[in-house]
Amino acid sequence: MQATDEAPPSSQFHSDADRSANDGPRRAAVYRALSNYKTARDRTGATFTDWKSARAAASTIKHEAVNNLDKYLEQFERNFTARGGKVFWANDSRQARDYILNLAKEKNVKAIVKSKAMTGEEIHLNEALVAEGFGVVESDLGEFIQQLKGEAPYHFVFPCMHLRRDEISDLFNRELGTAKTNSPEELTMIARKVLRRTYIEADMGISGGNFIVADAGMISITENEGNARLTVGVPRIHVALVGIEKVVPRLGDLALLLPMLATAGTGQHLTGYNSMYGGPRQPGENDGPEEFHVVLLDNHRTRLLADPEQRDALHCIRCGACLNVCPIFKNIGGHTYGTTYQGPIGSVITPHFRGLQDWKHLSGASSLCGACTETCPVGIDIHHHLLRNRRNAVTQKPTPLENLMWKAFSFLMRRPRLYSFATKVAPLAAKLHPLVQGTLADPVRVWTDTRDFPEPAAESFRTQFKRHQSTRASQTESTNTTR
Amino acid sequence: MRITLFVPCFIDSLYPNVAMSMVKIFEQLGHSVEFPENQTCCGQPPFNSGYWEEARSVASKQLEAFKNADCIVSGSGSCGAMFKVFYPELFHGHALEAEAKALSAKTWEFSEFLVNKLNVSDVGARFEGRATFHDGCHGLRELGTKEAPRTLLRAVKGLELVEMGEAESCCGFGGTFAVKYPQISTAMAEVKCTSICETKADYVISNDSSCLMQISGWLNRNVGSVKCMHLAEVLAAR
Ligand code: SF4
Repeated sequence: MQATDEAPPSSQFHSDADRSANDGPRRAAVYRALSNYKTARDRTGATFTDWKSARAAASTIKHEAVNNLDKYLEQFERNFTARGGKVFWANDSRQARDYILNLAKEKNVKAIVKSKAMTGEEIHLNEALVAEGFGVVESDLGEFIQQLKGEAPYHFVFPCMHLRRDEISDLFNRELGTAKTNSPEELTMIARKVLRRTYIEADMGISGGNFIVADAGMISITENEGNARLTVGVPRIHVALVGIEKVVPRLGDLALLLPMLATAGTGQHLTGYNSMYGGPRQPGENDGPEEFHVVLLDNHRTRLLADPEQRDALHCIRCGACLNVCPIFKNIGGHTYGTTYQGPIGSVITPHFRGLQDWKHLSGASSLCGACTETCPVGIDIHHHLLRNRRNAVTQKPTPLENLMWKAFSFLMRRPRLYSFATKVAPLAAKLHPLVQGTLADPVRVWTDTRDFPEPAAESFRTQFKRHQSTRASQTESTNTTR
Repeated sequence: MRITLFVPCFIDSLYPNVAMSMVKIFEQLGHSVEFPENQTCCGQPPFNSGYWEEARSVASKQLEAFKNADCIVSGSGSCGAMFKVFYPELFHGHALEAEAKALSAKTWEFSEFLVNKLNVSDVGARFEGRATFHDGCHGLRELGTKEAPRTLLRAVKGLELVEMGEAESCCGFGGTFAVKYPQISTAMAEVKCTSICETKADYVISNDSSCLMQISGWLNRNVGSVKCMHLAEVLAAR
């Protein structure tokens, strides 16, 4: 059999985008889910006395952290290891995966429970663990559902936001053999029953981390279900896999960042559980893991760090707000992106993480409306970075046809007389248009397939204005002569 | 006051009435209007596509064309934003940086210019009908224009202004995006237009003709009854 290559990311994106933009019911479900978010967010956002200053302060904190990453990460390492924790610096996904795999083998781990970690998705950790024979169960409800479904998260904060309740019920019925139900409480109880057993059986827990706190030497994890607390607290070994950009200098910074993350992310005042983890179980304590490992993941984040123009994209606290307001995300959905990090911020960082030429189409697929930048709690210049990615992609390697087209465009637009002549012949060209309309030779067909295109006016503005000026001039003249 | 019009290429050839309406309004207010004939396009299409070199060469021609203007007024928030916000970035570190910044400083979006420079909120217009207003994204988020067009519209006799739920949502135009990703762009237009139709308005008004091209394109194909008007056309009605 002939091996078929996987479609390149851009053609995959185009065909998925076309399909999902035409999927009315799914789009409606996503819009509905996000309109609830908007109501909640507007309400909590309003309780900040001054959201603008809070945002500026949050941005300052992240700026300080990201611009002194080396210093704060080392400070974290010192403080965390002083309590017996272990820190591993992973340059790329392979190093991170190998470290965790080897640890699991060495410590004779049988079962693993995992709480939500996008870094895990990023390095394809579950696949690697399963391939080596380890059982891994996702403990976040949304992730649990996606895992059962064998699908990647749809949204990096709301993994299964695209699913209706009856679809989840059917999934449970099929995969777990439970009775069908339409009650959210019953669905949660089904998952909880499976999961409780898992915490007890697991000998390794894996989590992500929302913040790395340098001065305290601790990891901060924010969640709504309490599953991360059990994932960290019950199994004998814990591994937190965290991106290096998650560092903040001081414990006090969380006083601002936690409420902002909750407000922007889910429209809550504060997320249900906010826990701090400072290492393994200490003498005299009677719970917590015996071993606590933190894997600090670079995986090309330093590539972004090296770019002063776009470095602020590392300020991201992964609240997901930019996805929630993005008209592109709402219409094409999360899976279309084909990335771990969907939506506007994903389109900014993925080309840095995974290669500009392969992923530049994500930066192109934006109307640059700026809703993302407006909503971002840490003030990242998101949509302008999309423009910069487009520029960088062209500088690196222009597309021949487009290059020619823009050269011709610029040739015309640098010549006012030629341009003016073009505006005069445009109405004529429009008259000839019916000859090619709807055919492959039709230059505006991509537009007119779904929308009407306006007829050029009989006379351009410049022609009309010239006449207007001369009429006015002669009027003034005649008034002057009559006087 | 001597007002210099910046008439983006598509307004020049597709919607000349928008710019003629601006001329009429300014002249009625007693100002003189100029139109430098050597202006063409702001260069946004190649700029947005990543071809900054080509954009710069077009843009430098506009720097020349508008060198002697006291204040420049644009009937498109998007092309206005190109002058005001993106030229300084486009020319950052280039020989013409100072000229680009000077151009930026004297550029105005039409409604902001009326309300905040000329201090006019009632131009004496009369226009019968129920209308809703679409905020073009560039005007709204790059230039911060939200209230000025509404102030002007509230003073129009006979006009009933109703807000739509998705007033601030993008219409899906986005320049070359509309033809590079026609399906996404059309889906966005559908969301926008559904919200417009929900208001039961007879007209949708905007301060950006590029958005109106997209919105009317969808409405004419699918609905037919709602008409698109540029703010200037409404304000010029008597
Ligand atoms: S870019 Fe901003 S809005 Fe988007 S996820 Fe990150 S912090 Fe949230």
